This record gives sequence, C-alpha cells and structure tokens, in this order.
Amino acid sequence: MIIRFLEQVGAYFILLRKVFSRPEKPYVYYKQTMHEMVFLGLNSVGIISIISFFMGAVITLQTAYNTENPIYPTYLIGLGCRDSILLEFSSTITGLILAGKVGSSIASEIGTMRVTEQIDALETMGVNSASYLILPKIIATLLFNPVLTLISISVGIVGGWIAGTSAGVITSQDYIYGIQYAFIPYYVTYAIIKTLFFAFIIATVSAYHGYRIQGGSLEVGQASTKAVVHSSILILLFNVILTQLLLS
Amino acid sequence: MIRVENLNKAFNGKPVLSDISVTFEAGMTNLIIGRSGSGKTVLLKSIVGLHEIDNGEIWYDEKLFNRLEFNEKKEIRKKIGMLFQGSALFDSRTVEENVRFPLDMFTDQSLEEKTERVNFCLDRVNIKNANKLFPSEISGGMKKRVAIARAIALNPLYLFCDEPNSGLDPLTAILIDELIKEITEEYSMTTIVNTHDMNSVMKIGEKIVFLSDGVKCWEGSNKEILDSDCSALNDFVFANALAKQLRKSLK
Repeated sequence: MIIRFLEQVGAYFILLRKVFSRPEKPYVYYKQTMHEMVFLGLNSVGIISIISFFMGAVITLQTAYNTENPIYPTYLIGLGCRDSILLEFSSTITGLILAGKVGSSIASEIGTMRVTEQIDALETMGVNSASYLILPKIIATLLFNPVLTLISISVGIVGGWIAGTSAGVITSQDYIYGIQYAFIPYYVTYAIIKTLFFAFIIATVSAYHGYRIQGGSLEVGQASTKAVVHSSILILLFNVILTQLLLS
Repeated sequence: MIRVENLNKAFNGKPVLSDISVTFEAGMTNLIIGRSGSGKTVLLKSIVGLHEIDNGEIWYDEKLFNRLEFNEKKEIRKKIGMLFQGSALFDSRTVEENVRFPLDMFTDQSLEEKTERVNFCLDRVNIKNANKLFPSEISGGMKKRVAIARAIALNPLYLFCDEPNSGLDPLTAILIDELIKEITEEYSMTTIVNTHDMNSVMKIGEKIVFLSDGVKCWEGSNKEILDSDCSALNDFVFANALAKQLRKSLK
C-alpha cells in the first residue's frame, strides 16, 4: 500500500513536470486559459454566492445565540462573523465546494478525453497533451479562485448582516461597527494565500486522476470521485499546515 | 517508408507482440489485419509512439524513431496524421475548429489562410455545410471523414488509420476506404490501416500483414491472399458463410 502511494505521488510529480514545460503556442494557451476562466471560474460565482450568503447568515445567528450575555457588547457578533468568514469559512469552504464542482468537472472532462482517445490524438499530432489540457486550468483557477474567495467574504458578511438585523439579534449600526472593529488586513492576505494553495491542489489533483484513467466510462466516474475525495483531504491537510505557518 | 524490426511488446509480463519485422511502403495502402485481440492496435500505437516498446526498432525513413529525444519525436509527429477507431474529434470544438487545430498549433498562418486550408480539406473528404456543427451533431461516417480532414490538414507524410470503417454501414465503409486510398496516392503517403474488414482487404490492400496472437503469420497483397497456405489466415479470410461458398465455387 505504501509503495502504491509512493508510485502515485511520483506519477503526480512526473505529470506536473510535463505540465510545466514550455508551451508550443502561447497564444493558443492564452485563449484556452480565458475559456477555462469562464468555465471553471465565472460559472462558479452563483453557487459560491448562494452558499456564502447562507453561511454568513448562520454564523451570525449562531454567534448571537451562543453569546447572549449582558457583559458582551453586541457588535462582537459582527466581529465574530467577519473573522470566522475571513479566516476559515470563505477560503476553506469555498475550496471544498470547488473541489466538488470544479474538481469533478476537470477529472471527468480529461478522463473522457482519455477514454475516447482524444488525448492520444493530441499526442500523435506532437502536442504536449498534459501541458495543453492542464496548464490553462491551473492558471485559470489560480487567477479566479482568489476572486471567488473575495466574493465569498463579501457576500458572507452581507448575509450575516441581513440575517442578524432581520432576526433582531443585532442592530445594523452595531453589525457594521463590529465588522470594522480591530480589523487586521493580513487576514485577507492569509485567506488569499490559502486559496491559491487550494486552487493548485484542486486543479492538479483532479487533472492527475482524469489524465491517468485506463478503461471506460465506469473509470471516469471513479476518477471523478477520487478527484473530489483526494482534493478535499489535501485541502483540509494544507489548511492545518498553512494556518500553523501563517498565523503562528 | 516505415520499417519495423524485431519489435516486442508485453503488458504486465504477457507478450502482446512477438518479434514483428515488417516494412510499410510509401505511396501504398498497407493493411494490418487479424482477429480482435491479435495485437493490431498495439502494433499501430507502438509505431506511432503511443506505446513504449520493450525492444526492437521503428524506422521512419532514415530515422530510428524509438530512440529519438522528445523534441525530435515531436518533429516526426508533426508529419503524422492519425484516424482513430472512435474518430477522437474534440467534443468542445466545431468541425471547422477540429480541422484547424493542427494548423493553430504548428503554423503561423493567418486566419484566412487557415480557413482556406480547412475548407480545402473538408471539401476533399466531401464534407459540406458542416463547418459550424459539433461532433455530437454529425453522423459516424461524417466524423470519420472530418477526422481524415484533420489528419491531412498539415500534409502528413504518414497516415495511420485504426479500424476506419468500424461501426459504419457497408456503403459508407467503402467510401472511407476509397478516400484513404485516393489520399495515399495523391500525397504519396505511407499509409497503415488496421482492419478486420475483408471488403477493405480486397479493395485497398496493396500490402497486407496478417497478425495472429501477436505474431506476424503472413505478408502479401490482396491478389495473393486467397491462395495462401497459412491456415490461420485462411480461417480468418473465409470465416463467413459467403466467403466459404465463394471458396468452394473457386475450387
């Protein structure tokens, strides 16, 4: 089992080496990257916004109901919501959602191309298929996922404000004061750094599983599942490592 | 010309090709025939470099292909056109974009020049008014023809076809065979076709190599195939009832 794991890790890094070789035609790669930014990034704005809105709403309500105490000022609800979203929820939850949505899409797209011999066709033409198919996806996710995280942070805070004021647990003034109180700009940098790591994990791990498929449609489904599971585990692992490195 | 010498290939220790030596001539339609599982596709993919061979030599004219560095192989691959069993057209691209793809990747032509070449290639394979359609919107026969158009877009020196008429009706299969033969002669290409279709064998098989269980059993032309002494080949050629009757009447 350990040997198999090491073989997989080795194959992953060999694939990465192939991915990061010099592109044949930079203009073709540029066009492909733009396409991937729409497909993998822009198309995820909706789901990220919806989930972030409700996430912010629930965090605000839970913070409010768990800190009902006269000695706590209510603006701390806004502060708690902001920091929870900024430090953890937007980057990590967004990462996990994208591991499901984008990761499975990358693995099944590349996997289907493998089983229908489209990757063989690219190789026969002399195209570096790994670089042509995977590099634009990595660049697109690295560029767009931080934008998605910033959207998630903004929408989450708005969701908390709407839920908190609607439920009557905090006034609008207190919430706005709370989200500005003791703000540490580095937390945004921290969230973006985590997002970049997660984006790289999602794109490369999913592409690896899709690219290495052998078989047919059944294996495409299995690879898609493996891509989501392995990406999610790595995201959670790197979340711990990065938190220790960046906040200690 | 493509020359294969003493080629061996095994998967997980199980031999799939054993000591294959054969020369495929330029300007000629060379056929690899044999039953399913005889090693035809593995041989074809080994020649193209999609499978690493265990030992042996693959020569593309004067170049020993299997010993070349990645970039040198890439230069030869630009001269290769390949038609896959399932066509292998890119799903996310239109017919026009599929045929233009090799031109986008390997030439510095303007869009007008590329479009002109695309239209020429599509015209050559008798595809009309389908430029903007996606592969999912065209028939199996059309897909094969678009794949041929894509394969010839860069004027290749070598054309490989893996079961070009699988899944096609007999009339469309004949059209595809004729097209492959015409293109081969027109551009003086070295064409290798994998097939187990006897119609193709009799119609375009100028040079035929018969594989059985990964071993080359017979080599000859479509004129010689009916008189062969090779029992495995005879079993293959006269497998269906019509062929058996024909053989009886010839005798």
